[in-house]
This record gives sequence, structure tokens and C-alpha cells, in this order.
Amino acid sequence: MSGIIHPGDEEGGLFQRDRAWHPPALTPAYKSTTFRAPRHALLALGQTASELTGPVFGHGVLGELDGDLIRNYSQDGSDAIGQRIVVYGQVLDENARPVPNTLVEVWQANAGGRYRHKREGYVAALDPNFGGCGRAITDESGYYSFRTIRPGAYPWPNGSNDWRPAHIHFSIFGSAFGQRLITQMYFEGDPMIWQCPIVGTIGDKAAVDQLIARLDRQNTTPMDALAYRFDIVLRGRRSTMFENRMEGN
Amino acid sequence: MLHRTPPLRETPSQTAGPYVQIGLAPNTADIGGVYPEDLGRSALWPDAPGERIEISGRLFDGDGAPVFDAMIELWQANAEGVYGTQSPGGPAGWGRQSVTDAGAFSFSTIKPGRVKGPDGRPMAPHVSLWIVARGINIGLQTRIYFDDEADANATDWVLSRIPNPARRQTLIARRQTGGLPGYVLDIRLQGENETVFFDF
Repeated sequence: MSGIIHPGDEEGGLFQRDRAWHPPALTPAYKSTTFRAPRHALLALGQTASELTGPVFGHGVLGELDGDLIRNYSQDGSDAIGQRIVVYGQVLDENARPVPNTLVEVWQANAGGRYRHKREGYVAALDPNFGGCGRAITDESGYYSFRTIRPGAYPWPNGSNDWRPAHIHFSIFGSAFGQRLITQMYFEGDPMIWQCPIVGTIGDKAAVDQLIARLDRQNTTPMDALAYRFDIVLRGRRSTMFENRMEGN
Repeated sequence: MLHRTPPLRETPSQTAGPYVQIGLAPNTADIGGVYPEDLGRSALWPDAPGERIEISGRLFDGDGAPVFDAMIELWQANAEGVYGTQSPGGPAGWGRQSVTDAGAFSFSTIKPGRVKGPDGRPMAPHVSLWIVARGINIGLQTRIYFDDEADANATDWVLSRIPNPARRQTLIARRQTGGLPGYVLDIRLQGENETVFFDF
């Protein structure tokens, strides 16, 4: 049986989510899951049009600075403080097809590890010129990019001295509501990754590795910003042609 | 049935964390001036025909405490049972809210029609929800149905196949009497009357 899927074949349902690759709902080392993890098994009853369709965002929703976290909250015209980086990558589906025209939203702490939020309690200083949010829509080849500063690590209330590794939160839509995904991106070479209870909710080291952006010197902006590459994979769809062939056997 | 193994693996999920508002609803989080408005905050089908309704409720954890830092997205068809693509103000049929400090949400929309199910028969009117928050490692998928659609609910392709009939009630919103036409349903992440969540 050929493994080739041709364009236009992908009218089937989404591949089943590999729940052993994702973190389980209840992960006691990440204490916030204790009362928020459903105890009943998730019900897998198959997908309908409600899961196979989803919201579409036009490039018109984007403002000029939406993808530039160094400038998009600037209050006095100066840049956000911190190590200047470009974060870019390609959004693909499980069939390795680019996902074009999909909304990618990010949020992060500032260079000192401080979020701009009323419930944030860390002593690190706010940066008056850093808001911490950005968004982009992937191009025809599925690529997105942001300009930002590298976020700092920070302590958080879980154990008595737990620290989050530097990370950027990502929200991705895809074309179907059943593809909806939120995750976090980490930075290559950061030893804090392997000490974090939230990273540790993922059981498979290879799955964690998929969340680590690679330093990409070829795409640095000379004398300006380092580049990190973070590719994202959304659920793909089965080939109905393949299924039909099987039914004929 | 055989399925070819796809070449790539889905990027693993991580929790949205306590500050999901910063990214998905910055104006609500007092980060003004970056985006003109938070996506998904306006009415879901502003100009479409149909009965105007509010879908509201509260979100609770297994200890009975309100989940005050969640983000809820809603996706639904129009009154004819058709999913939208895009309108000038953004995608029609999609809404997004960060819950209040009391865990409350309230979507202003129209009552959805019946969408054709996989068996060719219409499903009961419903909206799909996706819930993320601190302490939720992967977004939770659920649905809201309507209690004045008893006949349709009884044959719905998803609802009628939930093995324990008592649990189906956790997805059925009650029509409010008086005031705005509206439906109310509380969502419980865990414990007694735990909401049904799906692995779609």
C-alpha cells in the first residue's frame, strides 16, 4: 500500500489525538491540576462538522506592529528592554502539509521574568514599554514570525522554589475547531527546562524536545537580533481516498 | 480499518497558564493600545437572522470554587445549521471570553440551527466549547445543548451516545424564564455532576 497522500485527498476526519504524547489531565507535580483535571475519561464519539470546521481570520485583523513585541506596547517611543530575538517557524499538519493563513497568538513575560498582569506577584520590575502579546497569520507556506525580547525565567507558586524556564506561550487555530492548540515554546540549551513541573507533565522526552526552539544563526538579523526557529504541528486529516480503497478490498 | 501513520506528530499541549488573558484578551487584562479590540468579544452572528439569545453560566473546579482565570471559546452554526467562514468583523460563529473573577461567562449570539451529523441526520442544536486555563494541561472540548429541544436531543448523534444518560444532563442548558431569552449552564471540571468532556 502506497503511503503517498495526494492533495485533495484529505477530506476524512482528524487523526486521533495521541493522548500519551500530550500531558494527561492530572499531573500532581503541577498542583493546579488537582481540582481542575476531569476524573471521568474523555468520551471519544467521533467527529462531526462541528469539529471539522473552525473560525478563519483574515490578514485584515492584523495591525502593523502586532508581530513586533519590541514596539507594540511602546509608551515613550523606545524599545522594550531585553535580548532582541526573532522567533519564527512553520505551521504544518501531521501530514507535513503547511497550514497557511492561520492565526498564531503569543504571550510572554518581560526580560526580567515579569508578566504585565494584575495577579502577577513576582518582584521583578515591569518594563513600561513591554506589553507581552503579539499575533501573526501564517503566509502561504505556513510561516509566521515575531520580533520580541527573550523572556526571563521566574519563580512561581507550586513547590517552595519552583522556577519556570524562559518560555513563550503559543495559541494556534488551524482550520478546524478540533485542531485548536495552546502550547509553550522553550529555548535550546536552557537547563531549567528539565527541572520544570509544567514541562514535566509531558511524559516523553521526545515530545518535550518538540517544544524547544532551535537557535538559528542563519536567520539572525546582523548586529540586531538572534533568531530561534519553532515549527508547530497541528492535527492532520485522514485520506478518504485511502479509506475508500480499503473498503474495496 | 487501516490508516497510514502520519509522518509528523502533533505538537504537545501545555497549559495556557494563569495569564492567558495577556495573549488572547489583552484589553481585558488592561493591556490597551496593542489591538483595537479583543478578538471574539462581540456578538457571534451580529447581522444574521435567528433568535437572539444569551448563553451564560459559571465554571467550577472539583472543590466547588469558581475557575476565575479560564478562557472559553465558542463555535457554532447559524440559524440554518451552517458554519460560517468570515465576516468583516472577524469569523462569524466564533466567540472568546475570559471568565470573570466569579468564573462567569456570557455569550451573546443567535440560537444555532441543526447541523447534519455523520449519519446524515440533523444533530440537535448545540454550540461547541473549548476551555483552557491554569491547571488544564490540554484544552477541554465540550458542547452545550438546549433543554427546549428535547426531541432533537434524544436522537442527537453525540448526546444520545453518551453511555450514562444521567451525564447527558451536564451538557443541557436550561431556558431562563423572564428577562432576556437565554440559556444557563454551569460547567464543572471535576467532581459531582462533572461535565462531559470529549476526545473529538
